[in-house]
Amino acid sequence: MLLIKCPFCGPRPEIEFAYGGQAHIERPKDPMSLDDEAWAEYLYIRNNTRGVHSERWRHINGCARFFNVRRDTISDEILVTYKVGEAPDAVPEKDRPTKGGAVR
Amino acid sequence: MKRFSAISVVREALRGNSAWPRQWRSPEPKPRYDVVIVGGGGHGLATAFYLADRYGVRNVAVLEKGWIGGGNTGRNTTIIRSNYLFDESARMYEHALKLWEGLSRQLNYNVMYSARGVLMLAHNIHDVQSFKRHVHANRLNGIDNEWLSPQECKEYCPPLNVGGEMRYPILGGALQRRGGTARHDAVAWGYARAADALGVDIIENCEVTGIRRAVSGGVEGLETTRGFIRAGKVGVVAAGNTSVVMNMAGVRLPLESFPLQALVSEPVKPAFPCVVMSNTIHAYISQSDKGEMVIGAGTDAYTSYSQRGALHIANHTLDAICELAPMFRRLRMLRNWGGVVDVTPDRSPIVAKTSVPGLYLNCGWGTGGFKATPGSGDLFAFTIAKDEAHPINAPFTIERFREGVMIDEAAAAAVAH
Ligand SMILES: Cc1cc2nc3c(=O)[nH]c(=O)nc-3n(C[C@H](O)[C@H](O)[C@H](O)COP(=O)(O)OP(=O)(O)OC[C@H]3O[C@@H](n4cnc5c(N)ncnc54)[C@H](O)[C@@H]3O)c2cc1C
Ligand SMILES: [Zn+2]
Repeated sequence: MLLIKCPFCGPRPEIEFAYGGQAHIERPKDPMSLDDEAWAEYLYIRNNTRGVHSERWRHINGCARFFNVRRDTISDEILVTYKVGEAPDAVPEKDRPTKGGAVR
Repeated sequence: MKRFSAISVVREALRGNSAWPRQWRSPEPKPRYDVVIVGGGGHGLATAFYLADRYGVRNVAVLEKGWIGGGNTGRNTTIIRSNYLFDESARMYEHALKLWEGLSRQLNYNVMYSARGVLMLAHNIHDVQSFKRHVHANRLNGIDNEWLSPQECKEYCPPLNVGGEMRYPILGGALQRRGGTARHDAVAWGYARAADALGVDIIENCEVTGIRRAVSGGVEGLETTRGFIRAGKVGVVAAGNTSVVMNMAGVRLPLESFPLQALVSEPVKPAFPCVVMSNTIHAYISQSDKGEMVIGAGTDAYTSYSQRGALHIANHTLDAICELAPMFRRLRMLRNWGGVVDVTPDRSPIVAKTSVPGLYLNCGWGTGGFKATPGSGDLFAFTIAKDEAHPINAPFTIERFREGVMIDEAAAAAVAH
């Protein structure tokens, strides 16, 4: 089970969270202008990254808020969690998980 | 290839089984093949076998980054059935089931296909309605599937807890008697041996690291850890790693890879006569010929390539198993493991040509593709050899996600299947 650091509540076990899929997929600004190709890309096509993956999680059994996580999909190590709208690289070193996926 | 027969088995037994040859060669890759298959799981090996056996393409190689059958083929719980809801799926899985029925004979290899019946349990009104709909739809498609009352479920599978105190009581079940199990490793080995005998090169420890394309855009060959291999056509059958391989050709896909787990108990005497599945409470169980209870659990919530799932997922399944069959409460679990399954949005596979000339794709079998192995191999071989889809796999395109023509078994089953 992952130990996930909610940016609002702190480290909590995975069962408090719901996975929200690939992060940073932008909702179409003008849906009427999209062709089928663009809709398929938005709805169905995913990076499915083997390596560092940006993804959304929701602290559904806690504060219920969405946030973002960067996780290595080979080791499942969580590299950083950050709020929506925040740049992941701006998260200070002390607030990042330690090696091995544990959270300080 | 030395054929297995009653006589040859007895003769070799008397000679101490010392004279059996290798079951397949371990060749160096040739510089060029007509067709190269990426991925030495059951589907890839079956594709190579049918290419050589049915479609006359014999200059074929299968490239496997590890050892054959080391992916999901060797990690799954081997449930075989064809009672899917939609016409397209019914045709697809029934094509495979028909091949299973004669497979050991065709391959001269005992794949231990055992039609012991697959019983899918209903636990709420929605299940009852949906399963009865499946039964009727299957019958219209000429596929056996019948509705059993709780008492009939109990008669078919005595360990089941019907009528007892249960959070999700058994309200009946859909039984496909021709469904069952097969020995997963034997499927990989049997296809490998038979394909090898027809001249197919099976190249293990050979990871594909790049797909080289000609100026025209078509496939030229593959970069591998054992050098460049030129290829007339390339068929990708890489299950959980499909997105990674197809990325090498610049093709993006509607796929996500999730860990899926299974576990086995200590071996016990024959105690469980059939396969029982419960989608609603996530329990999949049968007994292997060694005596282990083979149990399938659910997928983890998140995409991962780690080939292991979380403990709470396995725990959840064991809770359900203990309610379904209380006599297993004191059974000890021996091993657990995970595979990485490639899941499409509608939970149906893709077996199709791609936008890249000479590049073919077979993927998206997700949590339930073992049962399709022979059929998938045959149809994919047809598609590669003739450069067009067979009518059975014609609906299973990549374009269906753009066109909106889903084969929505996800909605039909509501969960992994
Ligand atoms: C725990 C579990 C339980 C399951 N239970 C069932 C079940 O009961 N019934 C059912 O029908 N299905 C079940 N499935 C699903 C089933 O296992 C798969 O759908 C099926 O085995 C897929 O076969 P495959 O040959 O496509 O994939 P695999 O056997 O995974 O083969 C793909 C191969 O490609 C290789 N590969 C990947 N990348 C590269 C590369 N770059 N270069 C070279 N080779 C590469 C891999 O090493 C692998 O061997 C289950 C799966 C799991 C994990
Ligand atoms: Zn929170």
